[in-house]
Amino acid sequence: MTIHTDVRDGEVRPLHELRTETPKVLLVPRYTGVQRVNHWITAILFTVLTLSGLAMFTPFLFFLTGLFGGGQATRAIHPWFGVALIVSFGLLFVRFWRLNLPNRDDVAWSMRIKDVVTNREDRLPELGKYNAGQKGVFWGQTALIAIMFVTGLVIWDQYFYQYTAIETKRWAVLAHSLAAVIAIAIIVVHIYAGIWIRGTGRAMVRGTVTGGWAYRHHRKWLRQITRAKGTAEGPGTGAAPTEMRRN
Amino acid sequence: MADYSSLDIRQRSASTDQPPAIRSHMEVAKLIDVSKCIGCKACQAACEEWNDLRDDIGVNTGVYDNPHDLTPKSWTLMRFAEYENEGTGNLEWLIRKDGCMHCTDPGCLKACPSPGAIIQYANGIVDFVEENCIGCGYCVKGCPFNIPRISEKDHKAYKCTLCSDRVAVGQAPACAKACPTGAIMFGTKAAMTEQAHDRVEDLKSRGFATAGLYDPAGVGGTHVMYVLHHADKPGLYSGLPTDPKISPLIAFWKGGAKVFGLATMGFAAVAGFFHYITAGPNEVEAQEEEEALEIDEAAKEATRRGGGAEARPQ
Repeated sequence: MTIHTDVRDGEVRPLHELRTETPKVLLVPRYTGVQRVNHWITAILFTVLTLSGLAMFTPFLFFLTGLFGGGQATRAIHPWFGVALIVSFGLLFVRFWRLNLPNRDDVAWSMRIKDVVTNREDRLPELGKYNAGQKGVFWGQTALIAIMFVTGLVIWDQYFYQYTAIETKRWAVLAHSLAAVIAIAIIVVHIYAGIWIRGTGRAMVRGTVTGGWAYRHHRKWLRQITRAKGTAEGPGTGAAPTEMRRN
Repeated sequence: MADYSSLDIRQRSASTDQPPAIRSHMEVAKLIDVSKCIGCKACQAACEEWNDLRDDIGVNTGVYDNPHDLTPKSWTLMRFAEYENEGTGNLEWLIRKDGCMHCTDPGCLKACPSPGAIIQYANGIVDFVEENCIGCGYCVKGCPFNIPRISEKDHKAYKCTLCSDRVAVGQAPACAKACPTGAIMFGTKAAMTEQAHDRVEDLKSRGFATAGLYDPAGVGGTHVMYVLHHADKPGLYSGLPTDPKISPLIAFWKGGAKVFGLATMGFAAVAGFFHYITAGPNEVEAQEEEEALEIDEAAKEATRRGGGAEARPQ
């Protein structure tokens, strides 16, 4: 543990009280390595699609084409990023759709959205693995990425020009843009939530969250997973238990 | 002295720079008198010749149109339509030279995302600058006349330039120069409008009561205009649009949607920042870590006692 010291007066002394014994912390597995890789590939693709797409959306951001080797290269590669995204997001969808089905707790959570944004977790119902906001991100992205994929094919002139009428392409290019800005706004909120809710990042970076994090935000899920671990510790199952760590 | 051959730029795609504005310019126009056209295709040949284009040999679709549509290498095209005039009992062969109309309010330029790929000269000519073209095809969606074509060879957009290179040195476009009947005329927009009115008057005196000038106001007027015998029904001339204007979808996409989009994305980011400096981060408390440990202990205890049978997750 790092000891922060005040050296201005030439003395080395701790700025805060040191604990003689660091607390035990429960670590709860939240995402497997494969899930994290899948998530981050999707995130990287979404980022490059945002940058290359915004370059063609407004002249103010046309300079972003420089990141992709110029205007023509940006126009050529953007749809291929999209194809990669639909595969990557498709895998995420298959992995997580069942966990994102809405339930009664989501209604209660949504009714208390004011307590959510003011950090009054104590007034919220106990939640499973995802809250209604997280489910909203999931289904919002699912719908918007589907829209962008279909409309993207319609305006991918290099391969699909002859299959649709110009009026159809006009609808498609408008729908593609609107879906994109909404999807980007959702992702901004998604990223912000990861900054705002401390301890979240390690779920997607290390795969685990602390017990306290799970207790605070997803208590029902914590209860499920500790019980599941309890049964998993029986002979011969070999499933990974939650681990203990000393801070 | 005004000068209509200037290469001063009035509008440039995807750019906000102020164009040069100290000179006054005369706008040019090409007037195509459909009533004088004999369908010889000299204009098509002259266009290929001057612009150094050789279109691929196509297929005959059973009509005179050759090729049967505009292509990246055929920037102008005679379209032949047969019209049975019920009023007179005559079969009329309506031949229209199709190509870019050089709109005052060009949908292609409005839709174009690439700075300087489409420019409108001060004399009214709308020109594609292929070296700046990224091949996205937005101009195709923006055009109310279905004119631009994207080449499969270089993925760039092409269309009639109104021979901007010839006009710049005081020459008429190649098609106008080649036309043997004088059906294609070129000059200042004012002179061509006057000429058209003379022609319309003449046609009316000869029984074409609905003759008129096609200079559609929906796109702010055009720099290629038609004299039509049936100006009340432009659709007779191989689908010339009656009231062309930039599609409201394109207008919204390039107007309101852009503002909405930037505002939405900006709002999400700004709202996040202000939420953080007011509500602050949501941090796990030490006590909650202890609660979690207790839940874990209790679950282990239950497993030890009950063999875990009733403790399976739902």
